[in-house]
Amino acid sequence: MGVSDRAARTFDVLVVGGGNAALCAAMTARRAAAKVLLLEASPEAFRGGNSRHTRDIRYLHDRSTDYLTGAYPEDEFWDDLFRVTGGETNERLAGLTIRESADLGEWMARHGIRWQRPLHGTLHLSRTNAFFLGGGKALVNAYYDTARRLGVQLAYDSEVRELDIREGRFLSAVVGREGESREIRAKTVILASGGFEANIPWLKEYWGEAADNFAIRGTPYNQGRVLRQLLDHGARPVGNPREFHAIAVDARGPKFDGGIVTRLDTIPFGIAVNEHARRFYDEGEDLWPKRYAIWGGLIARQPDQIAFSILDSKVMERFMPSVFPAIPAHSVRELALALKLAPTALEATVAEFNRSVRPGPYDPSGLDGCRTEGLEPPKSHWALRLDVPPFYAYPLRPGITFTYLGVTVDERARVVMQDDRPAQNVFAAGEIMAGNVLGRGYLAGFGLTIGSVFGRIAGREAARCAVA
Amino acid sequence: MLSPDLLAEAGRQMAICNACRYCEGYCAVFPAMERRRTFTDTDLVYLANLCFECRDCYYACPYAPPHQLAVNVPKVLAELRTETYRDYAAPRFVSRLFRRNGLAVGLIAVAAVAIVALLVLALRGPSVLFATHLGEGAFYAVIPFAGMVLPASALLLYALGALLVGVVRFWRDTRGTLRELIDARAVVRATRDALGLEYLKGGGAGCTYPDARFSHARRRLHHLVFYGFLLDLAATTVAAIYHHVLGWQAPYPLGSLPVVLGTVGGVLLLVGAGGLLSLKRRSDRQPADRAMLGMDVGFLALLFLTSLTGLLLLALRETPAMGTLLAVHLGTVGGLFITLPYGKFAHVAFRYAALVQNSIESRRSSGA
Repeated sequence: MGVSDRAARTFDVLVVGGGNAALCAAMTARRAAAKVLLLEASPEAFRGGNSRHTRDIRYLHDRSTDYLTGAYPEDEFWDDLFRVTGGETNERLAGLTIRESADLGEWMARHGIRWQRPLHGTLHLSRTNAFFLGGGKALVNAYYDTARRLGVQLAYDSEVRELDIREGRFLSAVVGREGESREIRAKTVILASGGFEANIPWLKEYWGEAADNFAIRGTPYNQGRVLRQLLDHGARPVGNPREFHAIAVDARGPKFDGGIVTRLDTIPFGIAVNEHARRFYDEGEDLWPKRYAIWGGLIARQPDQIAFSILDSKVMERFMPSVFPAIPAHSVRELALALKLAPTALEATVAEFNRSVRPGPYDPSGLDGCRTEGLEPPKSHWALRLDVPPFYAYPLRPGITFTYLGVTVDERARVVMQDDRPAQNVFAAGEIMAGNVLGRGYLAGFGLTIGSVFGRIAGREAARCAVA
Repeated sequence: MLSPDLLAEAGRQMAICNACRYCEGYCAVFPAMERRRTFTDTDLVYLANLCFECRDCYYACPYAPPHQLAVNVPKVLAELRTETYRDYAAPRFVSRLFRRNGLAVGLIAVAAVAIVALLVLALRGPSVLFATHLGEGAFYAVIPFAGMVLPASALLLYALGALLVGVVRFWRDTRGTLRELIDARAVVRATRDALGLEYLKGGGAGCTYPDARFSHARRRLHHLVFYGFLLDLAATTVAAIYHHVLGWQAPYPLGSLPVVLGTVGGVLLLVGAGGLLSLKRRSDRQPADRAMLGMDVGFLALLFLTSLTGLLLLALRETPAMGTLLAVHLGTVGGLFITLPYGKFAHVAFRYAALVQNSIESRRSSGA
């Protein structure tokens, strides 16, 4: 590499990652006149990390708009966050995230995002979350387009393998591209490369061989190599490394990148059994949106990480249509055979469940009075007998959305080291630091909020640091 | 007969889309899909004809190739539309014209031009064809009025009749009774959607056409073609009134209504069809059906040539080239009329029928 070549590769801001947080950071830094290079590990077709599967974003707003049905004030936002995390949040950073989200609707539109308006009044709109037209890949496409027009340099298939960080100071990154490695120097670095949810060997450190049976809802490029590098360099971790957000997905779906389409919303409408044809958790514990995200973890703890949602014909139109058709059978016995479960065991489970169901008014939209009595575990709501053939089943696997382990940051998005001091020129945004704010639990559309807010902070602070 | 493999593939993709629904803001196809949980063959035919191929969903789709789920809705629905036009063509034996439609349309147009030119040569002789004719009735010195109007009217009536037979059959298969067509509100909304090209707006974003960037170019060029075509129809109608009611003989003066309407319409058509051809040439082939592309190019080229020869005829009508140009222009118009029901023009009928069905069922589902 010649001298001029080397000079050409010295950037003010190096952004590692290619999803929402990385793009927000890159655009913001570029607008502050910094020379910016963004490195996306995936090929162009799969760019965007988990952002490509998003649908909507949650942000503070004090009135309704064309695409939001009402106000979402600060105290309500706080309550929602506090409830889902059970208080596992850094209150300063959480408050910052909420307050700084207030202009996101307008900022995103200025950067190429189009909001979904009700077309002939039939589209889904919500009060707390705004839906962007076309979903996450459209968002990612728009941001890449805007970033390119602003003059951000973009490189795909570029995985950062090593970071040279000495005493809290970033010097360079080693990037693998097309089979060769090269060193890239920059005055500052923003790490926005997500979690490690697609790194099966890493998941096995906590879950053992069970991790082989997990479906990963995002692309195989969410390897967490940068996160590992940062932790090895002495960044202070945040979030429980064993924890992930995981839902029940169709076991027949792809191993990676099934996104939204393989999720199944069927569990509250019937019973869920494991491979021994036994129930293992209250299927009617709470409203599905609240309970949606626990089932991945529950199935991950079952033998062979598999479960089956068992339904009868009464309820088949009540949930979102599935990509793969339900497995039908004329009797519970036949269904068990189709699922390779012990027929007598499944028949016994269904019979016991049916005996325990107490009649009540059925209302799938609220916590109704249909429940079991004397059954362990109980089904607390929406308990209807499985008695109208044909019967149906869906095979379920844990579908991992994201991991919680990350690095600690301060209010300027600087990575905090083990000695409590922030690194001088190392910033982080997005899933790699989301655990500071969302220590556990799940709040729809909030991952994008954290990524957008901290992406912008990181971009601003890195540009300031580089130009200073 | 629609290909069972193609229907199965369209059904597979719609099941994926229906579990996702991220694209529901772009057009009418996805909300119509959401009104169903399963898709019969006729549901799929209906959805295919509701698609304007704006391609917004293709670029927004995280499951588009090279993803293993390989979702490519614009392509599979275009393939199904190509089969619809073929399957609903009347009479049925001509449906083979859709095999390689661009080529078929081109050959028919060339044959029509040759027939007109040969007829003039045989019946009137080269001295008439290559002479200069001026003043009232100049065109009819080359081709007699009846020889001009009767075949053209017959062809147009035949074309409209054939299309009507096809679209009635399409309506019966996808919707049901003809009684339902008597629904003023549905027809008004469908007409508004059609005239405004509502579903090339992509929910405000435009089309990702010819490439991944959003643009309104295709919708605007299509407007030029459509309204240019209407102006030319208006010019012909006014000219017919002049001839039959007022007894005025063509050619009409440059400032006259038929010439002004025809010229403006011709220029709009020329720009619109030329622009669309140029967009198509540059367009991404991944979300495209090759057969549909051939059909598009054949029809657009014929529209382009029709207006080009018409405008040239106007410009050179007082020179010896007039006879030849008149023969070529009328031959092209003849080719256009013959192929109306057997080429891309058929989309006008089937898509409009799909839009009417869409407005009926969307109103019913919203309970309005």
